[in-house]
Amino acid sequence: MVGVVALSPDPYLHATAARMLPLAVLAVSVAAVTGHAGLPTLGQVAPYAAGAYTTARLTLAGSDLALLHLLAAAGAGALTAGVIGAVLVRYRATVFLMLSLAAAELTAITAGQWRTVSGGTDGLAGIPAPRLLPGLPPLLADRTVLLYAAAVAIAATAAAMALLGGDRRTLLAALRGNEARAAASGHRVTTYLWVVHAGAGAVAGVGGALLIHTHRWITPADVGFTTAALALLAVVIGGALSLPGAAAGAGAVLTVRDVVAASLPGHAPLLLGALYVAAVYLLPGGLTALLTRLSLRLHPRSAHGTGHPAPADEAGRSTVRSTL
Amino acid sequence: MKTAHRIDPAGVPSQRLPSDIDRAHGNGLVATRLRHAYGRLTVLDLDVFTVAPGDRHAVIGPNGAGKSTLLDLLAGTTRVQAGAITYNGQVITRRGAAWRARTGIGRTFQHPTVYPDLTVLDCVRMGGWHHRHHSDRTPGEVLDLVGLADHAGQVAVTLSHGHRRMLDLAVALAGQPRVLLLDEPAAGLTDTETSRLLDILGGLPGWMAVVLVEHHMDVVAALADWITVLHHGGRHTDGPADTVRADPAVAALYLGTGGDDAAHR
Amino acid sequence: MPAVDGVAYGLLLAIAAAGLTVAFGAGGVLNLAHGTLIAVGGYVAAATSSGTWPSLAAAVALAAIAGAAGGGVLAAATAALRGRGHLDQALLTFGVALIGADLLTAAYGPDILRPRLPEVLEATVRVAGHRYPVDRLAVLGVAVAVVAAGYVVLHRTRAGWLIRATVDDRAMIAGIGVNPRLVDAAVLVAAGALAGLAGALTTPILGVGPHTADTALLLSLIIVVCGGLGSVPGALAAALAVGIVQTVGVTSFPAVAPYLLIAAMAVVLLARRTSLPTGASA
Repeated sequence: MVGVVALSPDPYLHATAARMLPLAVLAVSVAAVTGHAGLPTLGQVAPYAAGAYTTARLTLAGSDLALLHLLAAAGAGALTAGVIGAVLVRYRATVFLMLSLAAAELTAITAGQWRTVSGGTDGLAGIPAPRLLPGLPPLLADRTVLLYAAAVAIAATAAAMALLGGDRRTLLAALRGNEARAAASGHRVTTYLWVVHAGAGAVAGVGGALLIHTHRWITPADVGFTTAALALLAVVIGGALSLPGAAAGAGAVLTVRDVVAASLPGHAPLLLGALYVAAVYLLPGGLTALLTRLSLRLHPRSAHGTGHPAPADEAGRSTVRSTL
Repeated sequence: MKTAHRIDPAGVPSQRLPSDIDRAHGNGLVATRLRHAYGRLTVLDLDVFTVAPGDRHAVIGPNGAGKSTLLDLLAGTTRVQAGAITYNGQVITRRGAAWRARTGIGRTFQHPTVYPDLTVLDCVRMGGWHHRHHSDRTPGEVLDLVGLADHAGQVAVTLSHGHRRMLDLAVALAGQPRVLLLDEPAAGLTDTETSRLLDILGGLPGWMAVVLVEHHMDVVAALADWITVLHHGGRHTDGPADTVRADPAVAALYLGTGGDDAAHR
Repeated sequence: MPAVDGVAYGLLLAIAAAGLTVAFGAGGVLNLAHGTLIAVGGYVAAATSSGTWPSLAAAVALAAIAGAAGGGVLAAATAALRGRGHLDQALLTFGVALIGADLLTAAYGPDILRPRLPEVLEATVRVAGHRYPVDRLAVLGVAVAVVAAGYVVLHRTRAGWLIRATVDDRAMIAGIGVNPRLVDAAVLVAAGALAGLAGALTTPILGVGPHTADTALLLSLIIVVCGGLGSVPGALAAALAVGIVQTVGVTSFPAVAPYLLIAAMAVVLLARRTSLPTGASA
């Protein structure tokens, strides 16, 4: 997708695509917490905001090295999510969702009130562009920014997938499936979930850095409630256990929003809400599960094996159940 | 520290031999003055409960006698409200289930859901996670032991009830427990499955301590060398298996409460 | 007199949060559109009340009816998702809240509205040496009456007993031949009516605007969490505390007021020994 856009000659398209990537990275972070840790969250905007404001402040203070920004933002994100997670990960399911909503509100309030950092409700504008290496020109051209942002987004997603792959993926599925059994096998359930939460915070922090690198301005609304809702919606649509699915979901949500917003100006929340309702009713388990269900319909034999159901069937069913 | 939680064997109302209790203080599990209540309802009030290496200790009693609560408290699944638990002489009262499991206290569950979305083999692998680099048995061997080798690739949620029980046991054994707490392992099993269970449990190593909460008296008879009878959360009777099973007061307890016909099978 | 304001505000929040906590405790439904219902009540009341007594009575009644209707819609919508667990239900109400907020702003505009009250209520009186607006005293009186009535219904009637029993033990309710889902739906409708009523009673003091729904939801959630999920007396106590902190805090230290509540909630969450019910028993 990104490649196709990068090849097109239209700089507006480049900028639009690049500006979707921060939310895509945030959605990956939300998917890690919601899908793999099984804790549905609206609160990952907090580390996202921490990463964004860390990057903005570093740049305004004269440090314009992109790699440094990403590292600092990841650290700030992990720290923020770690602190919030220390309170939240003892809770599960709807209670966690409720508490994460408070975390999101708190982020918006803080971003609006802490003027020395955030510039108040007017936000920070005119943030200089970052440089890849000292001496190189700043990342200004739309296509360059897009390629840079895409590389970071893909790297962050790949890193998250690697960290949440293999046995660790199985282990988290075990925790989601039966916490008491996992604890009785010696697994420190709450600690594991906290680690995932903090690690996902680092990913969200990277997303925040990308927000500054692609937009070069920030207002508290950028890290507000709508962003949290968009990211969770992207995960609901993309399928919570699939990190690339969540990133693609973010792209889809933003595209629909931008296209419809052109014909229905000022009604972004209406559309967002309608998408939520539609996604909840029509897409249990998200697009990933939908694809699995469709493939089952195409190959019904594997769904009705004799006594030993095919793994594909079970994978599909478990995705549906464990997604949300 | 050790001596603070040590009970004078002579002062223990249990009929346990003082040598057994000494062994439990050294290498086993000792719970003293456990009290547990839900609101105003006291479900457990037990002065002392010990299990030493090699013990096969059955806990029986009518429904609601506090058997499962006792097991949950020993395993750390439920937080201790009052009382103390030591293991190998170390106080573990405030330790969580995961910590206790890593030090060797394993358990099975009355409702064996295991890990619904995982394959049978993965369930056992996650059960033996902390011993994966130095395990006595491979997950495959554990599955062989409980007779689930043919189902290794199957997803746990699709297993029959009996197979799920066996899988829960396999997951517990994969954790290489020194003390194994079994919560009604024979409940809902067919006769064939029950005899298979007896074979497995009968073959457990001699150094392992086993606590068995069970309604099926034939399972208790086959395995237990010591029986504690709980009634209304307190100890009703306590003694060597043969003596307790022959005790008319115990039979009356089951009959009198109309509790569980399973006890008379 | 911010303390009296705080108590009045706290009682209003208790009326708003009681329904939310019971809906969660009984049926596990986390209604994230609850704040929207409060805003609906506020807007309906502000638009209906035109300065006469009959219009004021109609405003309060219509607000409660609108809230109940909203609760009914939510009950129907979430009941359709019963088999899929509480998370999908919560996400659905979240979508409804977003839609509702947009529609309300479209219908009533972005400004903060206040109802016109009969002149007697717009005046001030001297109470114990302080000048005090009559409308606040009236709201305080009505709020006390509603809380008292709610207590009587919950503890002295069969309907109240059924609701409390459902919170304690759903299986038992089914055992005596009452469909717990019916109780869930009834609770959501009643919660909606209470939310609408709370919205109507709050507007003379705070007005109603685009932020009403968010603020009301956040405060209600804090109250529900701090009060212990599903507990009405807990919610009442927490609501009074939140009301006082909000009123005293906002006038005395406006910058830290939001953090006071969140910090209080964090302390309660960390101090609680056992986990709250997970709400995931699908």
